[in-house]
Amino acid sequence: MAINPHNRKPLRVLTALAAVILGLYGLLFAAATWGSAQATPKLGLDLEGGTQMILKPVLVGTAKVSSQQLNQARDIITQRVDANGIAGAEVTTRSGQDIVVTMPGVPDKATEDAIRKSSQMRFRAVLVAQPVQPPAATPTPSGTATGGATPTTTPTSGGSATTSATTKPKSALPGAFVQATTPPPTPPGSATKTTTPAPTAPAAKPKNPSDIAWVTPELTKELQDLDCSNPDALDKVVDDPAKPLVTCNDTGTEKYILGPVEVRGDQIKDAVAGYQPLSNGQPSTVVEIRLSFNSSGTKAFGDVTSRLVNLPDPRNRFAVTLDSKVLTAPVAQAAILDGNASITGNFTMNSARDLANQLKFGALPMSFSLQTRDQISPTLGGEQLRYGLIAGIIGFILVFGYSLLQYRALGFVTVLSIVIAGLLTYVAITLLGWSHNFRLDMAGITGLIVAIGVTADSFIVYFERIRDEVREGRPLRAAVDTGWRRARRTILAADGVNFLAAVVLYLLASSNVRGFAFTLGLTTIIDLLIVVMFTHPLVALLSGTKFFGGGHRWSGLDPERLGAKTVRYAGRGRVAVPRPAVQRTATSDGSVL
Amino acid sequence: MTSFATIGNELYTGKRSVDFVGRYKQWYLVSAVFVLLAAIGLVWHGLNLSLEFRGGSEFRVPGVSAGSYEAEAKDAVGSVTAAGAPEVTKIGTDTVRVQTEKLTDAQAEQVKTALAKDLGVPENTISASFVGPSWGASVSAKALQALAVFLALVSIVMAIYFRTWKMAVAGLVALLHDLFITVGIYALAGFEVSPATMIGFLTILGYSLYDTVVVFDKVRENTTEALGGGRVTYAQAANLAVNQTLVRSINTTVVALLPIAAILGIGFAFIGPGTLLDLALALFVGIAVGAYSSIFIATPLFVHLRAHEPAIVDLDKKARRYQERHGGVVSSSDVAPVHHEKDAQEEAEQAAGQGQPERVGARSGAEGAPVRETHRYAQSGPRNQPRRAPKSRR
Repeated sequence: MAINPHNRKPLRVLTALAAVILGLYGLLFAAATWGSAQATPKLGLDLEGGTQMILKPVLVGTAKVSSQQLNQARDIITQRVDANGIAGAEVTTRSGQDIVVTMPGVPDKATEDAIRKSSQMRFRAVLVAQPVQPPAATPTPSGTATGGATPTTTPTSGGSATTSATTKPKSALPGAFVQATTPPPTPPGSATKTTTPAPTAPAAKPKNPSDIAWVTPELTKELQDLDCSNPDALDKVVDDPAKPLVTCNDTGTEKYILGPVEVRGDQIKDAVAGYQPLSNGQPSTVVEIRLSFNSSGTKAFGDVTSRLVNLPDPRNRFAVTLDSKVLTAPVAQAAILDGNASITGNFTMNSARDLANQLKFGALPMSFSLQTRDQISPTLGGEQLRYGLIAGIIGFILVFGYSLLQYRALGFVTVLSIVIAGLLTYVAITLLGWSHNFRLDMAGITGLIVAIGVTADSFIVYFERIRDEVREGRPLRAAVDTGWRRARRTILAADGVNFLAAVVLYLLASSNVRGFAFTLGLTTIIDLLIVVMFTHPLVALLSGTKFFGGGHRWSGLDPERLGAKTVRYAGRGRVAVPRPAVQRTATSDGSVL
Repeated sequence: MTSFATIGNELYTGKRSVDFVGRYKQWYLVSAVFVLLAAIGLVWHGLNLSLEFRGGSEFRVPGVSAGSYEAEAKDAVGSVTAAGAPEVTKIGTDTVRVQTEKLTDAQAEQVKTALAKDLGVPENTISASFVGPSWGASVSAKALQALAVFLALVSIVMAIYFRTWKMAVAGLVALLHDLFITVGIYALAGFEVSPATMIGFLTILGYSLYDTVVVFDKVRENTTEALGGGRVTYAQAANLAVNQTLVRSINTTVVALLPIAAILGIGFAFIGPGTLLDLALALFVGIAVGAYSSIFIATPLFVHLRAHEPAIVDLDKKARRYQERHGGVVSSSDVAPVHHEKDAQEEAEQAAGQGQPERVGARSGAEGAPVRETHRYAQSGPRNQPRRAPKSRR
């Protein structure tokens, strides 16, 4: 059967829409089968149950948090959450000032504290170092002697770090602390006094932080028991700045007993990663991290390095710890008195940059204050979801009933359109949950239910327009075309305003109802898509049928009911002139040849 | 039976008409009273701010069957902290909400345990939330910021779309009117205002504008044609537009309100206070007020704003003269006796291209309105017959 040319375009558009929907569902199916997607939308905290904490960074003084610092803080918190063995937790930044931690279940007090505590960066002297796994790799760095590592360079301009004759460490682990600028490397007298004999009685009071007397048999035992491959191993570690610390490095390849804290992270002024310059100023291939300390840090660091320089390995090493874990433990190769140090080691540029960032932002004693904490039990969440869905279904039925009452058979078009819109929304939300981790929360559900009405609104605007045109006396097919042209403009403007509202809300509203704004915007777009690609083509097709085109009483487009005021061509030269309400029969007053 | 459709027809043709524009004083007065009431409510009652704004701790205990839950809950909280009496409310069928002053973490844990013991529910079903007092303030600040940005953007969009800033102004006034009255209703009724409610208020803006845009679109169409025809005054054309879109406004409003009503019903009966109910309530009130204002406030205000433009004054004079001559009943055919040239052309093209037999000859020409309305049948000439070729050619 040949397709009526009038129907060709609507059919094409409908086919395109069907293809889009099938394609999206196909994508979802594929993603669910072969990917990590799930076939239902991801649920938000308030529906699934769990804990959400909104944390605000607290800084000392008037310092402001930059987005870079916030990202750094987020990474640190993510590490902590992971370290606490919580699965499925999410850490995100929001509005450039808050950090949102969402996790299933209810965290215990210790976990929560661990997440909220400030990120502590500390420098401690190494007392004992032990390689963990591969016994083959000698962790002992070469070139530890001061003599070998003495900087042999001339001062360069701008006080930038200059090279030292560091022998490149063979092992993967330790780098070396070297002097960054070139003050005459005078080993101060203080260094000598640190060379106390190592074997002291355990009971004796340690004289300085490098004193081996810190190492009690208990600590040694603790060191032996410490299993660095176990991620929870460090949870029990108590990080008291005044006491020695038994810990691992963050790759889990070496474990240490460290002396008391000597330099704190907030004494670092800056940390940058870069290539170590050669003596001629050209960059070499050795990656280094350049540190500079503030005045108190300079002094403390100078004291430590002066002392360490003359100690035997491994006590000449200096560990940098972040949250009790050793980031790096380089060898001090010279006494650094001007507060400009450089760490070399087996870094790549990327790892050096990461470490420099950690050093720099670890310098900020950033802790987090709790803004809100919500704990939703899964029971309550599930109940809310169920009632939300019931409310949605009731709302849908009400809209259905009202449409039928008002628009008769056209009401079915409304309902069908809403159903198609629902299908699209479902797949969109599920796919967004997979690709962008969008989670549907209670506010989002509200948005979806409210959207039923708003979506139906555009159909009403359209249908009323068609009715207007029918009242003007147009035959239905023309009425649909003209009505559409005019309704389209109105619907575009109205939806545009709604979408604008949604975008502004989404970008600016900083509370837990962001999901509402999101579903509002999404459904507005889908509404527009459905009106253009489904409702209008469908109505255009239907206008060709006898039921609608002929203006059947129950079609909702009956010209007589609508009081069409002008004549209607009734075929064969006859013209129908309906008399409003009074006389329902068509008068045949057409003239024939 | 006077069906909705019939009323729609009569409103459309102008047979039945409500004088929305002419009786502006009445509507303004009604609105003024509402605004005044809202202001009084705001000043006297103030808003009932939720926990999020005051700061504090909240516990939700589901599955409570004990009848004396209130005393039990108060005891449970009292056993941990003496600071202030907790607020205990039952929400839904079996959930008890306990709101307390700000508690420390340890206290909160203790309260949870005590509640679980006293009310006889497992501890892990209890939801606890804590809100710092600065939270609400930051939310309000954000909301105000969003409001300002939205108003600025929307006035630009409207001014561009309608090509007159006066429509934008009228729309915005209606918008602020809605917002103010809605907030006032909240203050008067003592509904709780949570951050979700704030978002609800902001969303009202979008919906209120939806209605206004629909009405203004028709107003613009009618008034443009009136300016070309010169048979009706500007106010009459605008008024007819409101009447013509009345059924549409009612339908869209009802359909938008129905799902929200469903949420409200379910929410009040089963869920209790929360995001869902807060949003829905704000939207329900706001959309209802918004429908009122787009009909009764926005259009009369717009007509007033334009009333003193020379073109409008001209039109009004011309139209009055015309109506004196013709007995002065305004109907839709007076406003739009001619079709847009573009429409007519497109239709003609379509008809020609598809050879549709259904079409009746030509419509009244696009060039200038005819002085007297001719019967459509007569418009194409004395006879609606195909021309015969001259005899010589046959």
